Amino acid sequence: MKMLRFIAGAAALAVVCVQFSAKAAAADKTLTIGFTASETGALNVDSMNQLHGFELWRDQVNAAGGIKAGGQHYKVKLVYYDDQSKAARVQQLYSRLIVQDGADFLFSPYSSGLTATAAIISEQYGKVMLTTGAAEDKTYTLGNKGLFQIYTPATHYLSAAMRLIKEKDPKARIAIAYSDDGFSKAVATAASAEAKALGETVAFDEAYAPNTTDFGPIINKIIAAKGDVVVGGGHYADGATLARQIFDQKVPLRFISLLVAPDSDKFATLGAAAEGVTVPSQWEPSAAYKPDFGPTGAAFAAAYKAKFGSDAPYHAAGGYAAGLLLQHAIETAGSTDSAKVTAALNATDATIFFGHLKFATDAGHHGLQVGHDMVLAQWQKKGGSLVKEVIWPKDAQTSPVLYPIR
Amino acid sequence: MRREDSKTGMLRRPMPWLIAAVVAAFALLPAATGDVGLRETLFLAALAIVLASNLNLMIGYTGYVNFGNVIFFGLGGYFGVWLATGHGWSLYPAALAAGLLVSAVALLFGAGILRLRGAYFALATIGVNEAVSAVVTNMDAWGGSTGMYIPLDAYQPLGGPRQALWIVYFLMIAVMAVSLLLSWGIRRSRFGLGLFAIREDEDAALVMGVNPARFKAVIYSTSAFLPAVAGALFFFKNGVIQPDQAFDLTFSTEAIVMLMLGGQGTVTGAALGAFIYEYFRGYLLTSPLFSNFQLMVAGALLLVIVLFVPGGLVGWMIDRWPRLRGAIE
Amino acid sequence: MIDGLLLGAVYGLAAIGLTLIWGVMNVINLTHGAMVALGMFGVYLLVGHAGLPVYATLPPVAVGGFLVGVAVYWVAVHRVINRPHLMSLLATFAVNMMLIGAGTALWSTSPYNVDLSLPGITWRGYTFTGGHIVAAAVAVLVAGVLYLFMRHTMLGKAIRAVASNRQAAELMGIPSNRVLAIAFGLGIGLAMTAGGLVATLFPFTILSGGEYQLKSFVVTVLGGLGNPAGALLGGLLLGLVEGGTTPYMAVSWTPVIEFGLFVAVLVAFPQGLFGKRTGR
Repeated sequence: MKMLRFIAGAAALAVVCVQFSAKAAAADKTLTIGFTASETGALNVDSMNQLHGFELWRDQVNAAGGIKAGGQHYKVKLVYYDDQSKAARVQQLYSRLIVQDGADFLFSPYSSGLTATAAIISEQYGKVMLTTGAAEDKTYTLGNKGLFQIYTPATHYLSAAMRLIKEKDPKARIAIAYSDDGFSKAVATAASAEAKALGETVAFDEAYAPNTTDFGPIINKIIAAKGDVVVGGGHYADGATLARQIFDQKVPLRFISLLVAPDSDKFATLGAAAEGVTVPSQWEPSAAYKPDFGPTGAAFAAAYKAKFGSDAPYHAAGGYAAGLLLQHAIETAGSTDSAKVTAALNATDATIFFGHLKFATDAGHHGLQVGHDMVLAQWQKKGGSLVKEVIWPKDAQTSPVLYPIR
Repeated sequence: MRREDSKTGMLRRPMPWLIAAVVAAFALLPAATGDVGLRETLFLAALAIVLASNLNLMIGYTGYVNFGNVIFFGLGGYFGVWLATGHGWSLYPAALAAGLLVSAVALLFGAGILRLRGAYFALATIGVNEAVSAVVTNMDAWGGSTGMYIPLDAYQPLGGPRQALWIVYFLMIAVMAVSLLLSWGIRRSRFGLGLFAIREDEDAALVMGVNPARFKAVIYSTSAFLPAVAGALFFFKNGVIQPDQAFDLTFSTEAIVMLMLGGQGTVTGAALGAFIYEYFRGYLLTSPLFSNFQLMVAGALLLVIVLFVPGGLVGWMIDRWPRLRGAIE
Repeated sequence: MIDGLLLGAVYGLAAIGLTLIWGVMNVINLTHGAMVALGMFGVYLLVGHAGLPVYATLPPVAVGGFLVGVAVYWVAVHRVINRPHLMSLLATFAVNMMLIGAGTALWSTSPYNVDLSLPGITWRGYTFTGGHIVAAAVAVLVAGVLYLFMRHTMLGKAIRAVASNRQAAELMGIPSNRVLAIAFGLGIGLAMTAGGLVATLFPFTILSGGEYQLKSFVVTVLGGLGNPAGALLGGLLLGLVEGGTTPYMAVSWTPVIEFGLFVAVLVAFPQGLFGKRTGR
């Protein structure tokens, strides 16, 4: 009998608990943000950094009471699935996010290709989708209305490097070696055109397969073409390998600028091979913008380090910035209605820790990022250890340019 | 076996009714409920059934292991997107033309590699896939590594993206229906018997008056047609086509796993395997418990099937209930 | 060119592992790529956690590979060895999926790096790094030891006997199952050693093995399926092709040449360029 009574009591307690928690949930509205992340596959590293940025933003917003709009408080809930870095399931998963999970807003998958695929679904439902890591300009010329790009587009990645070379070493023979994927190709093509427009010499311009690990043939061709400067790269693995093999093979270069790879603090593990290498970066912890809203760069960097134990790479900053911007747009609009938030985003012209953000609103390029500028960072030896310093543009400089590097 | 030549004889078999029922379910369920999530899931399942059924023509019927099956799908996608966006074709003729072009290409490749047998053939199909993928990556006319993007305007002739996606879905179901009927038709034809003879013993087939070279060329080319059409549909819906998506070898190997799961050599086996595998992977990917281990779980499952149930699901059912043999084809 | 040759020796070593298994038991080992990747991680972990010098990690990796290979043989391959090709292809492919799945869960797909800097040789502006030279030397050495082992030991002779005619070998009292398991272990051991060598040269991810598996197929076909000596020559040839064509055309066309050659050789010379044995 005792046992029975105990069970009955426990059951009653459980019922009360369930009711209580149901009530608690009803008091706070939730805002669901859906996206796919590349938890596995080729895009895994960059995509996971971005995910960390989203998560940090969510935790901070919820700790501060949620997003406030129209007299309501909304707790942020992230719902995401693994897209395996492949397009095959992206549309299925975005449909699921919108229809089954009831996502109010969307973030894009990582990479331009997957984003274009996801956009076909998001556009149909009139959903707002903030894109991070979809830097190709092409994506924004397709006629989408709800895409908003956080990053500086691919065509401007190497502008700073080209202008720096023009100033320091106008006669340099430039070698462009890039990973044969959509993003890097768009960057390299624009860089080559810009170099020629500036009157510089492009001595070598070639793509390599994205999964290349042996850069011997490429490096030998750069030597044969008498290149003084190497720009290009692609993503982490190939960029780090290229830098290491350039060093191992003692190529006499005056300047190196590679995409993405040198931004990661793992790049410092290359030691002497990393010294002097520059990276066009969407954001650096040391860049001191005066934010109109949200945390300062230093505060973000500190919070990130406290949570994840490593320095924030720019993909993480981009993820956080996307969340912050969405939050601001919802609060400005005073509503979670997609059309109103779209209008608020269209009108955005603000500076946050990530830099200045403003979107193109003409039909031909809607959503293209036109406000944000990139910085050029360089690994320099300071007091026996390698640190990443901002060297360009000059007004954001934290250390003078090291040129030539070897 | 008694041959039924009249149409009424064919219709007395359960198979066409089964196919009709499956196709009707695929077409009607999402249409009736308007459930887009279900439509997307069934779209992938239908695509899987198309790929597995046509691969079955090579592996299950003819005994030639084609690891590069995805090349048809990818090339079809490229031809289709290229014609539909670059040349302003409407989707219907573009998809059809993609199928025909890829079948022609398959004849060409087949002329070379179909002379190889067994593992040599399997290896050659991998080589062909990689070579074609590398060529396309270098082809600027098709956007090279950037691929081709489809502007939203391209969906206007079909009534805007929302309606276009429904139309593409029904087209994919149609392709699936044709795939199943084709598999069934070939299985019951003289041509099919010739293929089975090649599978059992190619040299003996030659003695029996089957011309293996011609049979193999025809079936290789045939098995290219519908996957190519499906590729055109898939990438048109996808909005972008890039070489690494179009020529992903794991897509081929997944199709082989589907065949094994369902049981190779039968129409039902290919379709059932594709459907179950696709659903299962979708579940593993979205379930929080398994998403980290989905590849391991899928691998373990495959190993168990290969080691203990080599006939697949259908083979196992036939062993268990021999009377099914007559009904399941 | 010379760079290509040095690398070619490592390709050759990886391919010997594949071709040995093929030659002895008519199984195309689709775990090959995953095993190469495991070899890479083996070296990485032994250097990072056990603090061994880089090259000292190769023997334990090779032995570990042998044991893994024997285990995989008994679990996955033994039962399908006399069934159609498709079955053994799929059984090894299933093991491959599990290994890659486990590897991804453990190490994600991020790149890893073994730190090694040896002085290189500089000649007319081109530098050949020490790592490449040592790797090539080790590869050739291992291949040589394997050759002697196959020619001059009882076990080696038994393996060759089973390879040429399993029934006859059994009649002679050779326990063919045990010999097959050992051969499979040897093949995996070689694959993992080659992976370890690659790890000393280039960064890698758990998925890197796939690329070397494809290269191994190319090499194996060039050298003739089931022909270890041919595999080494095939590896050198592939290295030469890679190193020799790049000065004259864009690097991105290299895979077209590689796989074009692969298919052409397969169709024209199914026994390989250096082989006399029949493949089937």
